[in-house]
Amino acid sequence: MFPKWFDKWNDDNPTNIFGPAIAVGAVGGAVFVAALIVAFGQPYATAGMQTGPRGTGMHVQEFESDLAAGDPTVIDFYTDEPFVPEEGEELAGDIYENVQVLGDLTDANFNRLMGAITQWVAPEEGCTYCHANAADGEYADDDLYTKVVARNMLLMTRNINVNWDAHVNANYEVGVTCYTCHRGQPVPNNVWFRISPVNENAEGWSANQNRATMASNFTSLPSDYLEHYLLEAEEGGYNMIAVHDLDSRVQQMPGDPLIQQTERTYGFMNYIANSLGVNCVFCHNSRAFYDGGQNTPQWGTASLGIIMVQEMIAEYLLPLEEVYPENRLGPVYGDAPLAACRTCHQGYQQPLNGLNVIANWPELNVIDGPPDYSAWEEADAN
Amino acid sequence: MAYFEYQNIFTQVQVQGDPEVGMDDQGTLARERTSGATFSVLAGWLGNAQLGPIYLGYAGLVSLATGAAWFMIVGFNMLSHVDWSIPEFIRQLFWLSLEPPGPEHGLSMPPLNDGGWYIIASFFLLISVMSWWLRTFMLAVEHQMGKHIAWAFLAAIWLFLVLGLFRPILMGSWSEAVPYGIFPHLDWTTAFSIRYGNLYYNPFHCLSVVFLYGSVLLFAMHGATILAVTRYGGDRELEQIIDRGTASERAGLFWRWTMGFNATMEGIHRWAWWFAVLTPITGGIGILLTGTVVDNWFIWAQEHNFAPDYLEPYGYEAYGSYEDFGGVTRGEE
Repeated sequence: MFPKWFDKWNDDNPTNIFGPAIAVGAVGGAVFVAALIVAFGQPYATAGMQTGPRGTGMHVQEFESDLAAGDPTVIDFYTDEPFVPEEGEELAGDIYENVQVLGDLTDANFNRLMGAITQWVAPEEGCTYCHANAADGEYADDDLYTKVVARNMLLMTRNINVNWDAHVNANYEVGVTCYTCHRGQPVPNNVWFRISPVNENAEGWSANQNRATMASNFTSLPSDYLEHYLLEAEEGGYNMIAVHDLDSRVQQMPGDPLIQQTERTYGFMNYIANSLGVNCVFCHNSRAFYDGGQNTPQWGTASLGIIMVQEMIAEYLLPLEEVYPENRLGPVYGDAPLAACRTCHQGYQQPLNGLNVIANWPELNVIDGPPDYSAWEEADAN
Repeated sequence: MAYFEYQNIFTQVQVQGDPEVGMDDQGTLARERTSGATFSVLAGWLGNAQLGPIYLGYAGLVSLATGAAWFMIVGFNMLSHVDWSIPEFIRQLFWLSLEPPGPEHGLSMPPLNDGGWYIIASFFLLISVMSWWLRTFMLAVEHQMGKHIAWAFLAAIWLFLVLGLFRPILMGSWSEAVPYGIFPHLDWTTAFSIRYGNLYYNPFHCLSVVFLYGSVLLFAMHGATILAVTRYGGDRELEQIIDRGTASERAGLFWRWTMGFNATMEGIHRWAWWFAVLTPITGGIGILLTGTVVDNWFIWAQEHNFAPDYLEPYGYEAYGSYEDFGGVTRGEE
């Protein structure tokens, strides 16, 4: 096949080409890949958000593709500008029977809000999810538990928007609506129930940890931190989250938090971090977790959020336990579904990527009395 | 085994013949030694191809028996925690644990299902580890060796005893001991550091880390040096110690000209031994002081002026905005 002189030269000069070929191939391949990355960019590029002084390693890291994609449920948020009430317009409370919470709304805004709630909570099930006889034009009855729950949730939403402004509008106006938790589903994702003890044939600290559960975020940390910190303690008040001594040397007292309590706090902190898609150093300088002077402003927002959730559970969610049918109750204790950080945040620093959901819904931004439509009145006047 | 046999990692030539059964010059040594020996080609690639005979002695047997008791108690407790379900046991194995009693039990004997089994298992583990130490000591006596291995092992046992015995007693609670579980003992480590204000600011932790990484570095330097002078007989380290040859000269010159100082053929082994034993000795001191003498190492570090201050602000608002990091465009302020 080859000319004679070529075969002869090869016979006279035997050379091991495989050794060099591997080396040349490996180096050449590496150069080729490096050239591709330089030419076309890093395919898995990341972006960082610095959260503290240089040298402390305080930053949150994300894939740029994830940042660009954002929360996929943002796009399905239904919103609609309100109708500015006319002077002396008749109110829903006078028109319809059994309107206990939204009676101060005009007919147009009342129906606008009812339509939005359907879109936010039960888009597939429609009006009949709460109003059993809607097909017959009958909306007033409380036959379905869902309507009783929804009424309570309206009160809760108003309370959050008005009284917990410092948490939900910490950076700028964001607020909450039904959609913040529900995202188009009658039962929100990421509600939680009591499940501890998680281990059989054990008591105490042997029983509440060392199992991969959803509650423990698949760590071996305790699975009972939400019920421990967010539900009222038996002796009243709420259990302490902090575990540190604030002096270099202190006299330990019986009952002071030690290793086990630290693991439970760690489990709770891990839950908060996972719920927000951040890490420890979004709020803390990890060299001194306890030190308020080295915390970020987000720590303050989160701390308010914890108190907000405690109040929300005690005043709005726990009382509904008797209202729910059995299939909505918890698997172990038959308890009411409860909310916490993840129910709203769903893995993002701000729910729905900080979308201002309350902007068009003054009806949910008032405790009682008529909503404030002044922003739209001015727009109409112009 | 003749002394001139050259054994190496990835030895290409393996000689297998009659097994070498060891000396029995006093007529008593072989009594507590198994009689059989086999050869393994796989073992021969990595070291000596001969497996056995093995000496256990009464201390070794006690150690194996009590160690097995500890292992079984831990394993069956884990199995009972998943209600005796084998598939769940396998699935959750790395999460499961035999946990020490809760703090409310102090140093008393708790109920079996709330840390009692942990105390019993720990008792067996204590006997197992201590009798294995006794075995290393007695074996050295029989071979008329120095006791360097036994003392080095005792350094590791010191850390083990601090973690599971001395410190819990000083703290007045068995709940301070380390759980027997794969992930749970790592949780313990993190929680221990966090609870006591960050162990990185504990100077004995610093020393332990220095000796740990130092041991690794010394091991690599020594291994590399000996391999590099093997062609001059440097691998016969004992001969080189008493009769220094060109291998030791070259190895010493290499390091002296590299960093101005060189160890000696004998001294390098003392360097390595001390670095190794000081790792758990200093570490154990650091653990023992934590929660007993110092309750918050970060504040202790501030008091001793070695925790730096950072003057730049905390919080992302000072460095960027949420809109640049996934947030939707801001509405009204």
